[in-house]
Amino acid sequence: MSPELILPVLIPLTAGALSLSLWRSVRYQRILAVLANALLLWTGIWLLMSTTEHGFITMQMGSWPAPFSIVFVSDVLAAIMIVLTGIIGLAIAIYSLASTPRGHEKFGYYPLMHLLLAGVAGSFLTGDIFNLFVWFEVMLLASFALLTLGGERAQMEGAIKYVTLNLFSSAIFLSAVGLLYGMVGTLNMADIAQKVSQVEDPGMITVVAMMFMVSFGIKAAAFPLFFWLPASYHTPQVAVSALFAGLLTKVGVYALFRMFTLIFTQDVDYTHNILLWAATATMLTGVLGAAAQFEFRRILSFHIVSQIGYMMLGLALYTPLAIIGGVFYIMHHIIVKTNLFLVSGFVYRLLGSYELKDLGSVYKYRPLLAVLFLIPALSLAGIPPLSGFFAKFVIIRAALEAEAYVVTFVALLVGLLTLYSMIKIWAEVFWKKIPDHVHNTEELKGKLNEKHAWAYYVPMVGLAICTLIIGLYGQPIYELAEMSAKQLMNPQLYIEAVLGGNQP
Amino acid sequence: MESLMAYVVGIMFTAAFYMMLRRSIVKLVIGLMMLSNAANLLIFVVAGMTRGAPPLIPDGASGPVGIVADPLPQALILTAIVIAFGVLAFAVVLIRRAYEVVGTDDLDQMKDTDT
Repeated sequence: MSPELILPVLIPLTAGALSLSLWRSVRYQRILAVLANALLLWTGIWLLMSTTEHGFITMQMGSWPAPFSIVFVSDVLAAIMIVLTGIIGLAIAIYSLASTPRGHEKFGYYPLMHLLLAGVAGSFLTGDIFNLFVWFEVMLLASFALLTLGGERAQMEGAIKYVTLNLFSSAIFLSAVGLLYGMVGTLNMADIAQKVSQVEDPGMITVVAMMFMVSFGIKAAAFPLFFWLPASYHTPQVAVSALFAGLLTKVGVYALFRMFTLIFTQDVDYTHNILLWAATATMLTGVLGAAAQFEFRRILSFHIVSQIGYMMLGLALYTPLAIIGGVFYIMHHIIVKTNLFLVSGFVYRLLGSYELKDLGSVYKYRPLLAVLFLIPALSLAGIPPLSGFFAKFVIIRAALEAEAYVVTFVALLVGLLTLYSMIKIWAEVFWKKIPDHVHNTEELKGKLNEKHAWAYYVPMVGLAICTLIIGLYGQPIYELAEMSAKQLMNPQLYIEAVLGGNQP
Repeated sequence: MESLMAYVVGIMFTAAFYMMLRRSIVKLVIGLMMLSNAANLLIFVVAGMTRGAPPLIPDGASGPVGIVADPLPQALILTAIVIAFGVLAFAVVLIRRAYEVVGTDDLDQMKDTDT
């Protein structure tokens, strides 16, 4: 028995249920949210430690032997993702104490957050493809409700696009699961992986692979399927934006990594080549979209798209070094992107706007905040010695080794354009003198009229420290990525760990 | 039977896409509903349709005798129907609220958050 494998799902689920029963007391819900997410981070670290020790941890629901039961599997990649979920969950829970309006807290903000995290953790840990669909839906329903909490016009418009495209993606996913089941007669991912090679019609497997790619591509916001993201991510409360920006698209990326290293590896030339060009176009369109924007969160949303391209690039090149780069990039990106959204939320708290033209002088009055922006921003652009530099370095090196020169050029160019966007924000928000038409500047210049101002700073500082650690003390992190890449490149290990003695 | 069902699934997908491409948000939701139903029916057809052979184990035997219907796809479809029902309930509330807030059911006029 290994309880650490199931706890990352059980803790948020229990916390969500408890939170619901404490509906009337926002105070206890807040305490519970912080405690539960701290516990989630702790089990995540526990899971990562025991996974690195044993290689794989598996659990069969109801003790039915592997291909017949739903299995939970943790390899190093899944364990890393759970730790990141814990970090982001804790950061958001603390940040929400200060940033979330009372009205949202009263209408189930915390229970929804717990449910969302349960869905995310379940998607990372499950080893059953239909179960993956169910966790996706748990996550999606919670995210729908969080996105629309508050009910403003922009939220409704954003939510219609978000809901439609995500449901569309789910329908494709479900159809693909059905087709796959019709061919291999099993839903266990490890079992599918060893049976796809025996299917009579390999062309059909490629068709199913493309359906999965489209479905997860929508969830991961890859080119040309990303339009729901910049239309909706800047509409909700900033804590919700930050949570979505950090975790949700990465679930799609994780699912792509899982499917296209474990199951669909029989026609790499075709599938991974499409992934490669999709990744390149994703990077480029995302960053160009950001360059055209002049609203804090819209710029950041477009940068999510462009960064997704780097992660997919790691997968698409499909060499051990590239996979290491992809995993490293995921770790770096989740932390940095969430932090940038948190900074944008605090600037909004100070000046009441996300439009760059209404902001200014933050550096003069809040130098600490400027530093807290600069660390993740430069890291995102890939300036050494921050985490983004090493992530980009590994991926670009892998691209060079694979002799994909066009892609390498695009990746470097996108890094430069990212820097351009970050400098744009820096110059407009932090350096520029505050525009004359802005009058409510007392909170920027004087003391912040806020009981829980610490709750803004703690997560931002914490995540900035994580960025610095990944950058300055990168060796152990790199080794983790290396271990996960080794497992991903040898699907046989995964199959043996899940099916054990039941192999033919 | 299977080929007939295949056509039915195809027609349902087509109709769903057509409805989703209309401008009214009500038709959009109808399209989403048909899409999830089409996916469910697809699972049902693809997993093989066996008539009149329920997967029951006779008295005294330790497993089903002969060819029986696969019960698993039906479990999958049941789960998917429940999920789709929940999601649909949300979507209906969403479009009603969106109609109230925006004052129109025309998707072409809901472009404020686009870029």
